[in-house]
Amino acid sequence: MADIFDTELIRSTFRLATPLILAALGGVLSERSGVVNIALEGMMLAGAFFGMLGSYLTGSPWVGVALGMAAGGVFGFIHAALTHRMRLNHIVSGVALNILALGLTTYLLRHIFREAGSSPPVTGLPDWDVGILAKLPLVGQSLSGQNPLFYLSIALILGLNVLLFTTPAGLRIRAAGEHPEAAETVGIRVGLVRYLAVTGSGVLGGLAGVYLSLGQLNMFTEGMSAGRGFIALAAVIFGKWTPFGAAGAALFFAFFDALQMRLQGQTIGGLTIPSEFMLMLPYLLTIIALAGVVGRASAPAALGRQEE
Amino acid sequence: MRISQIVGTAGVPVAALGAAFGAAAIVVLVSGGSPMESFAAMFSSAFGSGTAVGETLVKSIPLMLTGLAVALGLRAGLFNIGAEGQLLVGALAAAWVGFALDLPAVIHIPLCLAAGVAGGALWAFLPGLLKAKRGVHEVITTIMLNHVAFYLTHFLVTTRLKDVHTMAPQTPEMHATARLGWLIEAGGLHWGILVAALCVVAFAFLMARSVIGFELKAVGFSPDAARTAGINVSGMIVLAMVLSGALAGAAGAVEVMGVHHKFYDQFSPGYGFDSIAVALLGNNTAVGTALAAVLFGALRNGALGMQLATDTPKEIVTLIQAIVIVFAGMRFLKNRVPGTRGSRDPGLRADTQGRADAANP
Amino acid sequence: MDVTPAVEMRQITKGFPGVLANDRIDFSANWGEMHALIGENGAGKTTLMNILYGLHRPDAGETLLSGRAVKALGPRHAIACGIGMVHQHFMLVPAFSALENVILGAEPVRFGQTDYRRAEERVRAICERFGLQVDLHAKVADLSVSAQQKVEILKALYREARILILDEPTSVLTPQECDSLFAMLREMARSGMCIILITHKLREVMANSDRVTVLRQGRAIAGLETNSTTAEELARLMVGERELVRPPEEREASPAGPPLLAVINLSVPGDRGLRAVDSISFQVHAGEILGVAGVDGNGQRELAEALVGLRRAAGNVEFEGRNILRMSVRRRLDAGIAYVPEDSGRYGLVSSYSVEENAILGAHRGSPFARWGILDRHAARRHALNLIERVGVRAAETRMPARFLSGGNRQKLVLGRALYRKPKLLVASQPTRGLDVGAAQDVHLGLLEACARGGGILLISYDLDEIFSLADRVMVMFQGRIAGMVGRAEADRETIGALMLGARS
Repeated sequence: MADIFDTELIRSTFRLATPLILAALGGVLSERSGVVNIALEGMMLAGAFFGMLGSYLTGSPWVGVALGMAAGGVFGFIHAALTHRMRLNHIVSGVALNILALGLTTYLLRHIFREAGSSPPVTGLPDWDVGILAKLPLVGQSLSGQNPLFYLSIALILGLNVLLFTTPAGLRIRAAGEHPEAAETVGIRVGLVRYLAVTGSGVLGGLAGVYLSLGQLNMFTEGMSAGRGFIALAAVIFGKWTPFGAAGAALFFAFFDALQMRLQGQTIGGLTIPSEFMLMLPYLLTIIALAGVVGRASAPAALGRQEE
Repeated sequence: MRISQIVGTAGVPVAALGAAFGAAAIVVLVSGGSPMESFAAMFSSAFGSGTAVGETLVKSIPLMLTGLAVALGLRAGLFNIGAEGQLLVGALAAAWVGFALDLPAVIHIPLCLAAGVAGGALWAFLPGLLKAKRGVHEVITTIMLNHVAFYLTHFLVTTRLKDVHTMAPQTPEMHATARLGWLIEAGGLHWGILVAALCVVAFAFLMARSVIGFELKAVGFSPDAARTAGINVSGMIVLAMVLSGALAGAAGAVEVMGVHHKFYDQFSPGYGFDSIAVALLGNNTAVGTALAAVLFGALRNGALGMQLATDTPKEIVTLIQAIVIVFAGMRFLKNRVPGTRGSRDPGLRADTQGRADAANP
Repeated sequence: MDVTPAVEMRQITKGFPGVLANDRIDFSANWGEMHALIGENGAGKTTLMNILYGLHRPDAGETLLSGRAVKALGPRHAIACGIGMVHQHFMLVPAFSALENVILGAEPVRFGQTDYRRAEERVRAICERFGLQVDLHAKVADLSVSAQQKVEILKALYREARILILDEPTSVLTPQECDSLFAMLREMARSGMCIILITHKLREVMANSDRVTVLRQGRAIAGLETNSTTAEELARLMVGERELVRPPEEREASPAGPPLLAVINLSVPGDRGLRAVDSISFQVHAGEILGVAGVDGNGQRELAEALVGLRRAAGNVEFEGRNILRMSVRRRLDAGIAYVPEDSGRYGLVSSYSVEENAILGAHRGSPFARWGILDRHAARRHALNLIERVGVRAAETRMPARFLSGGNRQKLVLGRALYRKPKLLVASQPTRGLDVGAAQDVHLGLLEACARGGGILLISYDLDEIFSLADRVMVMFQGRIAGMVGRAEADRETIGALMLGARS
């Protein structure tokens, strides 16, 4: 039983965490500026589809990455426009975008590929061998040989942290999320800040989705985000809206997901745990984690509030 | 209601539908199809014959119930995105009572319905409790429970509750005494329509005339003012979620009792998700939701026929749904988002007062 | 000194739905001067200054700064032109430090990152120059109201404002804090700045300003040198030809009835874990008005919420002999305790509900408005009509959503609704804030009536005038404790002011 806690487990934890981290960082960015982003799920799905499409059309996964990011960004932009310009309730907008993403990707899948369920296989992203990292103790073996998006996500954790907490731009983003009226009175254009932040969060969400199709399966399947966008949002909350916290929470959720996969079919104390219960685990865990978060005092104060 | 009020109220849904169909038409055009042909095929498939109308109504029954479920939640300021999971649990519970027990119809039918209601209510209870006591956003918890419900029912229907006589993942057939018979044979319109209609009436009455409805709406509009008036806001939140889940569970029960007569894996084409559009389009009212449910029933029913006739994929309906949600949601919940609390510190609170106060600087 | 006016506004007109806030107003203020802009609540003062600061665009008229015409396209432009504004409701981010709030939007940058060290140097220099003392690294949420105000002033000075507008700056300060604020402002005026004070407190105007402009109902009525006028004349100009409202007659000290409410060692937690109310004890008698004075933020709100049931508390509270701390809000309402919260127009009413529905809110559960769980709409309508007539709320239709009522009418509705139930104890917080003189008088009359009927009132107010005119006894709160309990006869501004700042009696 103890032998499941090995390098392979850590390796798959990192692998499973990558899309969650990317999406969660997007969530942090958006919510820090005051916009609830329930649409991460849709942004991921769109990114996954268009990432696959980019690779399919050109043979290069990197084009797929660019296209997936753009698709996510478009969804982000729409979310920003709906919530800011049209004053639409943030949740309603998010729900609509999720449904739109699901419908659109399924529709295009059938229309372009004349196939239901999944796309043909495409060229995915290569794994990188990062020699230096491999030398690190304990996790070194698992850190090397990962997808480039994994390394990007680590860089982004640091980058977003620097942005939010040491730069003027970050101060203004946070002001927009804490007290937009105060920000307006000192001349900050809260609308512009939110457009940029939410579009950015869409790009990150799209990137997370690209990882799903080009980093793991090398194809797109219907609805492949499978609720991960919501788990990422839970990671944002659990991580108290900071980049490191959200990434840590994402790793936490991913670990249990990796664990669940390893335990499938295993017996514990003579009982075989049905695979369905293992599959349920990430979702149940999310609920438990959220229930345990003491108060929501750490949320940006103006999060989700509509202006009159 | 006065005429002007009716027109005013109908204005947004009509505009929403107009925009949605317009956008759908563009998508169809761009993919090389003909919007006129596609929509005509859809319409005739949905309403073209007595059978078609019956089928449309049958499809609208679960939408009506889940639509009411979502609408009730929204009235209380809650986003119940978990109707799908609540529907599954309710359906399985009803199916189980339907095949496991053998009772006279007069008891069996209400018992099955009750099981469905209880299942759905139970499934919505936890999100309600977490929201009330710990401020956990119900959108995430209900969606998580959707996934859990999916796996749980799948598990049960392939093991414990599985029909041993077949390979298919389904429960044994429900006894005849547990089934809802046909009201009209054409299209298979079953007595579930009566259940749905009763719920519509009950919903309307609850909202308009009862103390519970009064308090529930107050909580949805202004939880602070409600609390000051002595309303038990936490209790109301839990009650609203439970009632909402109960309606969704009833939808599942009615569906297995009237159409399938058993629970089989993935029997629901996503009623729970359609319900959001239905509720918003119906502006969270009883009658509006009922009408919207019929409309979406028609869309779903007609979409398959449209796909067969014109090659336009039925997912176009999902596109229509998304746009409807955006437009119909526009004038709704402008002042309040569940789960957030504005700062109450008077020394620091921003001056976001209403229009009347802008005139009194 | 430059003789061109620092600010000149000509024929400024601005309308909002339903009201003309500024009607062809001419206004000018000079460099090196303290200029008071006065008028009643609703006269248009804040709107005019918001236009100057670029928060509103005027429908007509022009603005000149030092003789040059400008179109203030927004706060950014106004700041660039050297105008700073300290709003009535502070525009500070609670989660940020004082320093962050000061530099927000104008951050010094080094290698792409915010240069906090340079920022601090600059801000400290300004503090020294004008004698401001603020803990720059404290989170604004933890600062006192007067400290927050200093941060707001620093924001303007940091951006090199030469024209400083302050909107009702003294409504939240103790008398002593007011004095130090004015000393600072006078120093700024001496250094050449133009200070514009929006206020309705004539005493301050007479003591501190060089010139006064009077607004009434959106029009500029007069512009005077302060030393050429008197408070009485200004008051007359403010309210117009209407009979000057006489201050209410001295209340006879009514014989205190039996104790209605006995609070013993009550402690109430604040929003962030600290104790907002720290083991206090006091009583309220039938027929008495107990005024609670103190600077906003010293536990008054938490006290009110604890008494009414909206906040958990420890200790003992006895109402008519029964311990009510375990009772829900609803049971306390039924027992005869009524609550008119601060900003009641917002927190006491459901804006989307009709006037009718709001009228029965709180009493909607039982007869006469509901039976067997079902509402009686007709009874509700009758009650609403009755209510709005009695409180003098003008509402065309009781089925109209409450959000369309004016702020003053909303407050009157909430109070009327509370008084209708003939409460034994009424907890009222800031009941006349934002109301004009006439409406405030109506409210006061309502309160006095309730007293005459034998009810007891706990009146929380940051307006000392209100407390002095109504209260039988004054309880001063400071940092969650009772700094002093003073009878009507001994209560005067200096004593109360000192208690509000923490001097123990």
